[in-house]
Amino acid sequence: MANTYTLIEAKTLGSTTASITFSSIPQTYTDLKIVMSVRSDNTNPSNTVDITFNGNTSSFTNIYLIGTGSSTASGSNFGRYAGAQNSANETANTFSNSEIYIPNYTGSNNKSYSADGVYENNATAAGQGLVAGLWSNTAAITSIGITGYAGNFLATSTFYLYGISNS
Amino acid sequence: MAAGATYEPIATATATGSQSEILFTGISQAYTDLVIVVQATESGADGLIMGVGNGSIDTGTNYSFTVLRGNGSAASSYRVPNYDAAQIGMVNSTINSIIVHLQNYSNTTTYKTMLTRGNNTNWSNNQVYSSVNLWRSTSAINQINFKNGSIANHTAGSTFTLYGIAAA
Repeated sequence: MANTYTLIEAKTLGSTTASITFSSIPQTYTDLKIVMSVRSDNTNPSNTVDITFNGNTSSFTNIYLIGTGSSTASGSNFGRYAGAQNSANETANTFSNSEIYIPNYTGSNNKSYSADGVYENNATAAGQGLVAGLWSNTAAITSIGITGYAGNFLATSTFYLYGISNS
Repeated sequence: MAAGATYEPIATATATGSQSEILFTGISQAYTDLVIVVQATESGADGLIMGVGNGSIDTGTNYSFTVLRGNGSAASSYRVPNYDAAQIGMVNSTINSIIVHLQNYSNTTTYKTMLTRGNNTNWSNNQVYSSVNLWRSTSAINQINFKNGSIANHTAGSTFTLYGIAAA
């Protein structure tokens, strides 16, 4: 059996944490995929999760598409959007879910990624977001950081990093 | 017959020069679903179209698709019936990343559905792209090809990878 779709690292938070980092990512896969379930201690409405590559916070651009159940919108900016984050004042025990796909993370081109996130809480503040992201940097990705737009990730938030190999 | 391993790479094609078509033939029927990951640059800007078939690519008007997309300033949706291929993304000369989920591709009783997710942040007509495609055929799929809708070419280094997903 080919060694593909392999769990590289799993993180389940035991306490409130501001950010997580997957470091020393093996350079032996073709693509990376991150699956996460998070909730914030911040009381602002649901917001985004931000990403960094190799500790870098610059040279990011994105186009996003969101739907809230009653409206749609699209925009672009220099943010590092990479998913959704439920907030502390929303329905108890509801966590947002997001997936990030990073193809060809070891290549010498600029790095594109897609992120799909939902924040559903059986209330009015719910929605879905799709992101086309680009990191205009040709370096291979060796570490990935994930931070909430505001506040900290609550305990039991989970983050999984998978490696996908095409051979 | 035992199903294949899940999320197993079936084939990868890398454009070695300017190629008008990437074609996969003889696709194993041992899986439940297929996932296709594309990272391509193109010599012309248009839709990236995907044809499927059994024994040959169906180029008849047996496909339909519905698109939801955002271009950075507005969200929009459109639908195209009776097209001659599935449209899986909008592509140009910059980096285009596309993921396709092709469900239940080997069954011989239902029409085939494909979900796609495309990315490009460097072209005003490209964007966050999501589509659902239907191929109106009950034939099992054992061939897939990729072309640029403008009859432009895939440039060198573009990659197309086919993965098999087994339910059991």
